[in-house]
Amino acid sequence: MKNKSLVSITDYSKDEYLRIISIAGEFEKQPVQPIMQGKVVANLFFEPSTRTRLSFESAVNRLGGRVIGFSDTLSSSVTKGETLYDTIKIVSSYCDLIVMRHPLEGSARFASELTTVPVINAGDGANQHPTQTLLDLYSIYKTQGTLENLTVFIVGDLKYGRTVHSLLMALSQFKTTFHFISPDELKIPDEYKFYLHRLGLDYHERKELAVDVEKADIIYMTRVQKERFSDPIEYEKTKNAYVLKNKMLARTKDNLKVLHPLPRVSEIEQDVDMNPKAYYFEQARNGVYVRQAIMTSILGLK
Amino acid sequence: MLHMKDKKMEVSAIENGTVIDHIPAKVLFKVIAILGLDHIDKPITFGTNLDSKKLGKKAIIKLSETFFIDKDINKIALVAPQAKLNIIKNYTVVEKKIVEVPDEIIGIAKCVNPKCITNNEKIVTKFQVISKTEVQLRCHYCEKITNQENIEII
Ligand SMILES: [Zn+2]
Repeated sequence: MKNKSLVSITDYSKDEYLRIISIAGEFEKQPVQPIMQGKVVANLFFEPSTRTRLSFESAVNRLGGRVIGFSDTLSSSVTKGETLYDTIKIVSSYCDLIVMRHPLEGSARFASELTTVPVINAGDGANQHPTQTLLDLYSIYKTQGTLENLTVFIVGDLKYGRTVHSLLMALSQFKTTFHFISPDELKIPDEYKFYLHRLGLDYHERKELAVDVEKADIIYMTRVQKERFSDPIEYEKTKNAYVLKNKMLARTKDNLKVLHPLPRVSEIEQDVDMNPKAYYFEQARNGVYVRQAIMTSILGLK
Repeated sequence: MLHMKDKKMEVSAIENGTVIDHIPAKVLFKVIAILGLDHIDKPITFGTNLDSKKLGKKAIIKLSETFFIDKDINKIALVAPQAKLNIIKNYTVVEKKIVEVPDEIIGIAKCVNPKCITNNEKIVTKFQVISKTEVQLRCHYCEKITNQENIEII
């Protein structure tokens, strides 16, 4: 994995997912390890994403490395019309690793082909956000003790949600049984169903959140956004059907955990937060350990 | 009569070269662009809006002293998947070929996704062909799929 960019979740194999999970576990036990001393990470945020940026910065700081970069394009040369090509060419001579977030899809792949400095994609438009997926995998592994043969419910916007598609691609390596729960307008695209079918994996698709919930090991909630609906009346009618309430968790398995990539809007009621099955805030904390693992692995330090 | 005229067009003319037949008439100029025929200095004859049972209106291109390697000619499969090639030597058809969609398309096509980096910065497009019957291209950069009906030639 040394010097290998992480642009899409499919850039890594199953073994590499497990390796990152194992290294992240070491960092969780001992988060402060000054093994990145003398290393410079360029955090290039062409669009703001405070949580992701802080998570990377925290990870670098705990490892003793330094961060350079920008967090919006208003104050940077990008506003002056500099191409991504030029920015990457120049920044490459300043750093050992590039972390980039960019509103255009495919930008991170393009950047990774312009430089010998490894690139970590921290989100390229609606396309990929692989460090989110790896922290989801770590959270699932940590709470379930395994990634194999789990039953995973994915709820909400399954059509446009990039975290959903990446998580599906990654989990499909572990014989997961999927339950896809969404309104008709936001159903999982056919190409993903064909993909699961080719792998011989079992999946279920329906509109009702409360059905079969006692089978779930993981419930992965996502936001249902108003702008995804062609008909605003349809949105008003459906939004309440995809809200998780504490009483729905009454008959669920003891090992069940509820995950959400955050930020949430109204899709998980606050009374769920007190339930020990709610895991989304811990999930966010896991992001730092996972990013420590990804960076040190790519730099050949782990 | 038209049929006969058509027939005449096919068999007359070239001594050595390539005849590309069964091009849908509406993509003739795309085929010309893809093959870079505007840069060839050998004689070329075009016929278009010829009646065709299969295609409605078809076009035909006859190129004297010009031969293509498969890798180049296969590029036209994106817009003219039913195109047929006749290789002519000494006024005789010595070989017939059909085009085949390649596994990878570099340049030529535009990504359908307006938010793709290739539509916003100067980049040569690149696609993996994930279906050849009804052509589907997956963008190497944004990973979105461009379907046959959305293929736009650069
Ligand atoms: Zn694209």
